Amino acid sequence: MFFAILFYFAFVVFVGGLGYRIYEFARTPAPLSIPTTPAPTTGGRVFFRVAREVVFFESLFKGNLWIWLFGWLFHVGLLLVALRHLRYFIEPVWGWVVFIQPFGTYAGFIMVAGLAGLWARRFLVERIRYISTPSDHLMLAMLLAIGLTGLGMKFVMHTDIVGVKAFFKGLMSFDLQPLPAHPALFVHLLLVALLMIIFPFSKLLHAPGVFFSPTRNQTDNPREVRRLAPWVAQIEKN
Amino acid sequence: MAAPEFKVPEFREFPSVPALVPGSMAHSKPYVASEKVQEGIGLPGQLVDNWEAKAIEKFGELLGKYRSLRVFMDSCVHCGACTDKCHYFIGTGDPKNMPVARQELMRSVYRRYFTLPGKLFPKLVGARDMTREVLDEWFSYFWQCSECRRCSVFCPYGIDTAEVTMAARHIMDSIGHGQKYSNEILGKVHKIGNNLGLPGPALENTLEGLEEDVKDDTGVDVKYPLDVQGAEVLLVTPSADFFAEPHIESLIGYGKVFHAAGISWTLSSYASEAGNFGLFNGDYAMMRKVAMRIREQALELGVKRIVVGECGHAWRVAYAFWNTLTGIGNNGTDPFSVELQKQLDPRYKEPSHICEFTWDLIQQGRLKFDKEANDSRIITFHDSCNVARASRMGDRPGGQFDIPRSIIKAVANKYVDMAPDTVREKTFCCGGGGGVLTDDLLELRVKGAFPRMEALKQVQEQHGVNFMATICAICKAQFSKVLPYYGFNMRMVGGVHQLVSTAIRLGDEQ
Repeated sequence: MFFAILFYFAFVVFVGGLGYRIYEFARTPAPLSIPTTPAPTTGGRVFFRVAREVVFFESLFKGNLWIWLFGWLFHVGLLLVALRHLRYFIEPVWGWVVFIQPFGTYAGFIMVAGLAGLWARRFLVERIRYISTPSDHLMLAMLLAIGLTGLGMKFVMHTDIVGVKAFFKGLMSFDLQPLPAHPALFVHLLLVALLMIIFPFSKLLHAPGVFFSPTRNQTDNPREVRRLAPWVAQIEKN
Repeated sequence: MAAPEFKVPEFREFPSVPALVPGSMAHSKPYVASEKVQEGIGLPGQLVDNWEAKAIEKFGELLGKYRSLRVFMDSCVHCGACTDKCHYFIGTGDPKNMPVARQELMRSVYRRYFTLPGKLFPKLVGARDMTREVLDEWFSYFWQCSECRRCSVFCPYGIDTAEVTMAARHIMDSIGHGQKYSNEILGKVHKIGNNLGLPGPALENTLEGLEEDVKDDTGVDVKYPLDVQGAEVLLVTPSADFFAEPHIESLIGYGKVFHAAGISWTLSSYASEAGNFGLFNGDYAMMRKVAMRIREQALELGVKRIVVGECGHAWRVAYAFWNTLTGIGNNGTDPFSVELQKQLDPRYKEPSHICEFTWDLIQQGRLKFDKEANDSRIITFHDSCNVARASRMGDRPGGQFDIPRSIIKAVANKYVDMAPDTVREKTFCCGGGGGVLTDDLLELRVKGAFPRMEALKQVQEQHGVNFMATICAICKAQFSKVLPYYGFNMRMVGGVHQLVSTAIRLGDEQ
């Protein structure tokens, strides 16, 4: 019952909070043309620029290979693991979700390795140690704990995944089912819920942020196209 | 030259990231603008009552006006990719000159007042109240950023510290804590029309003297016209070009290009400044007010084209912002734009950079050169940050790198590039950009030039480079000042059109 309420709460905060923050990003005007140049001169090419940032972390690759390696491994691992988890929410399980199950398992290790690398840098590299806040460490600790408890349940002490699925299906159909009692599962789900709750209020906003960054998503055409934000139009009338 | 009161960084055999030296630049801060200077440009004369609350209020206002600021405040994950990219960090080792740490000075305040965790758990997330201590730190370190955007190239979210610095400076201006150098200059532009405060008659004198010099030198009557009604081209150039060395050599070059191509042109005494320090302070209204002088003159003189001289941040403002600020652009449809653009010649990009202008003429075969005239020079090119990372020339991305180099290669025989990590989009700032070109920040300027000086040293040793061309008035002034600190001749720096000037053939092609 506790977990049911927790997840309903986390879901509302996550969707509502994130939705609001995205709305805030979207409604804030970008009054000037500020792409970091050289920049694409057409919308189509801008799409690919943003896509390369999102999929390959292109700028980070130019900036620092180690951070890129660990960061990219973590995110790709996380993506596969998350997709693998879809099987707990759908019935029948889609074919491609079945297909990626084994990859998702390995991805769990990759994700944990990436996180460990990123965290190690926060201790080992003087510059990054300097800029790390307690919340940076806690965030990594939390993600790592989620990954490790997940792997633990897969490889060390199994839990009743049929029961887990029943719990989540129950949540989705408002027909509450008991969650199997299992310490690793409790920790795992508690932290996932916490992650969802802090998402809209933390640096995790880099996920929507990357799509809204004017230096990356603007077309380099200021001589051809006049942009005029509403608050600027106001100045012009004076 | 008086001995410096600080240690000039030494060239390294194997460049690596410097060790952190916390607080090593905490003492660096520019003079605070006086009451007179502040009020001269419509800002509060001194720190206002209740400034803490006013600063936060302004901060909130900017968050609502600039998507860049809002997204950048939220998106940083402290990954560290930018930490070794800033020339001021490389030159000083002060960790607060790492771009992420510089942003954190502002982000910590953002968290405290604008986010839930910062309100609830300030210690946990590194949130700080807006205090005098914070303000002093802002004034120190946001005046140790040249808004060069190098960090933004490497950030996975495209976070541009320049945007953060501009916002911080704008907030400080609005509560009466401005910087003397920049705000004094803005006052001169508003009052007289250029950053140097040169009145019309002085300009006229200078230009007449220039005509005589060029006549003595070449035997040709090259004109440097001022306020000519009905000229085809209005040239707007940084006012340093009118009297400073080596800037004036490029101005001579522009005149020779117009002469050789037979295109009528004029300078303006009212709009005698391409530079726009409104940019550095992040003040949109101020930036617009400065830029509007150029629109007004273009309308008044009835010119068909507007061309911008060698100036980095001026070209950023002209290229990227003029259309929005003043309607100087192409394809305008609103009445404000149309009023001006129906007068401008739609066959040309408005505005054009003088390098675009010259390169077009070269490609059309309308200019001829004696390249040998530049043979005493072994040339390299310093990409200026605002041209490189905030603008373009020509039709293709990267034209801002290729066109100036193409011009140099068209007028001179010996050219080499500096190391790949120090040119084009990865170019290092000269150390004097973004409103820090003042002697009260000399230590910062010398140390900030360090990465560029190292790259220059390398091509000097390997290729005998003795001339570094650049297209920015600030770069030219900064290098002239700091080159000697690193054992170079201050005359090593000059403009691209200085090279054009040396090689161009005047007068005899009919």
